[in-house]
Amino acid sequence: MTVSLVLVVIMAALIACGVYLLLERSLTRVVLGFLLIGNGVNLLILIMGGPAGFAPIYDENLDPAQYNDPLPQALILTAIVITFAVSAFLLALIYRSWRLANADDLTDDADDVALRDGTVAMPAEEVAFDADDTDFPAEASR
Amino acid sequence: MITALVPLVVLVPLIAAALTLVLGRRARPQRIVAALALTTVLAISIVLLIGVDQQGAVVVEAGNWPTPFGIVLVVDRLAALMLVVSSLVLLAVLVFSIGQGLADGDDETPVSIYYPTYLILTTGVMVAFVAGDLFNLYVGFEILLVASYVLITLGGTQARIRAGVTYVIVSLLSSILFLSAIGMIYGALGTVNLAQIADRMSELPIDVQIVLHVMLLVAFGIKAAVFPLSFWLPDSYPSAPAPVTAAFAGLLTKIGVYAIIRAETVIFPTPELNPALMVVALLTMVVGALGAVAQADIKRILSFTLVSHIGYMILGVALGTVAGTAAAIYYIVHHIVVQTTLFLAAGLVEREAGSTSITRIGGLLASAPLVAVLFFIPALSLGGIPPFSGFIGKLGLFEATAEQGDALAYVLIGAGALVSLLTLYALVRVWNLAFWRPAADVDGDESRLLRAVEEAPDSTATLAETRATPRLMTLSTVGMVIVGLSLTVFAGPLYGLADRAAQGLDGSSDYIELVLPGATTGEGE
Repeated sequence: MTVSLVLVVIMAALIACGVYLLLERSLTRVVLGFLLIGNGVNLLILIMGGPAGFAPIYDENLDPAQYNDPLPQALILTAIVITFAVSAFLLALIYRSWRLANADDLTDDADDVALRDGTVAMPAEEVAFDADDTDFPAEASR
Repeated sequence: MITALVPLVVLVPLIAAALTLVLGRRARPQRIVAALALTTVLAISIVLLIGVDQQGAVVVEAGNWPTPFGIVLVVDRLAALMLVVSSLVLLAVLVFSIGQGLADGDDETPVSIYYPTYLILTTGVMVAFVAGDLFNLYVGFEILLVASYVLITLGGTQARIRAGVTYVIVSLLSSILFLSAIGMIYGALGTVNLAQIADRMSELPIDVQIVLHVMLLVAFGIKAAVFPLSFWLPDSYPSAPAPVTAAFAGLLTKIGVYAIIRAETVIFPTPELNPALMVVALLTMVVGALGAVAQADIKRILSFTLVSHIGYMILGVALGTVAGTAAAIYYIVHHIVVQTTLFLAAGLVEREAGSTSITRIGGLLASAPLVAVLFFIPALSLGGIPPFSGFIGKLGLFEATAEQGDALAYVLIGAGALVSLLTLYALVRVWNLAFWRPAADVDGDESRLLRAVEEAPDSTATLAETRATPRLMTLSTVGMVIVGLSLTVFAGPLYGLADRAAQGLDGSSDYIELVLPGATTGEGE
């Protein structure tokens, strides 16, 4: 299978830049990274469809081997639509996040921070037990 | 005749989603349409399961396009069983959320989009289960993921947006990996049809096979929350509304596990990566359970136990034997039901006590004995106490593991037993603090309700808080507990069904013969 080197290089560049941006904490950059990777992967599928050829519309003068493979193009179209919908949703999410926190950054989980800092108060568990008392303490105390 | 029913499981929720969207702000007809649609899907799934179990699997060529070219929908015993369990759970959660009044006047939730989104989630789940080719599976994943993005950020409060961002980005990454794996597989094999992929995979050099295998496993592993790809889950699930979390916890990760089962049995029936998967299963179990022990919020504890129990299912799949797959299938069914029930019970706790933090609530056994029972039974089942379904599932898994008989297998059995003990410990801790502890012992004993009443006795928020727990919420949780108990009562027939499903998945030849009759290895189109 022969493939165009230009397409491969562009795909690699798109995915590399996309991964770099995706690793950022800033949400806008994450979206840009997602768009780049999405396009890179679409190119990957296009490359996997084999070498360029004629449009796959039936023509009796053409040898079947000269047509381009239509299936990857159908897959890419579907993937483009999905990417489009998801990026619209992401932009809305970021806008909402900006309105709420006035920041573009991913914030830490409050529960995680509390656990890490040891500020979650763990109640002593023996409170719940009274070996001599077979009755439910909750009821006994009423 | 039965083939006509297969597309309906996808079409009915999709059409209902459109209808509920048109009905817009009229909550009552929306509820009726949604409940009717899910009941229909459940009925169709049950008919499909009975039909498929008696007459063998069903293959539908969408639009009558011949198989390698068109889209095929395949319902075998595994898919049919998953359809029944998931539509049952989705219906129960829908009833719960109707009861909660999620869609009626709750200021955290916009009225008009909840039901359509929920139905689209259902559509995605159904597409994923009946998909006969990899790309259709991808589309199913995307449908349910996009719907889940909306549901997890419902209302757009700060906590939910924060959790939603993590969830969305991680899911996007897994989708991109899955898509590039599909691209690579198409490049290598020239097809996305599962049966054709299975047929041609053995012609590839072994190293290419392993690359494709690992790519698919990573993509599915993120969705299934397998360690080390699981950290997004306990971070994002707990902040969503209770019924949404219940549906997600029960179903979404299991769809990842389902995809892993398909990949392991149909596409890559060879055992190269099985030892690696077993180690991953071990780590998933142990790390998840340790996380559960450290948490102080019921929803977070449950999220960590969810991760840890994914490990059991992966263990069953990793064995690569019929007994292992059968045990994994039974365990999936048990876990979907029980985990959903626990999250619904946590929703009831939140309703009764105003919080799910075990440091701040207590005395629930006295104030809400029914909720206590509804939490206690699935908790024991999850912890693996006989005679509940968790015990049966774990017993089956350990037996299948012991058959393998090497050192790693026995380490896994030991770890599995330890992890079920840790799960039990984490859940008993919840029991002791939230239910058994007298309310007076809670530090700063002042419930949210009390505070609200003192501050503003007549505000609508206070009135909503003082309203008793809606009967539908309790009813659907009771229903789920009964379903969970019936997994024990009908364990024999159910395990038999899981066993037959697993036998159909023993090696890829049955699946290939089913979808592509007459195809043999080496023959292309």
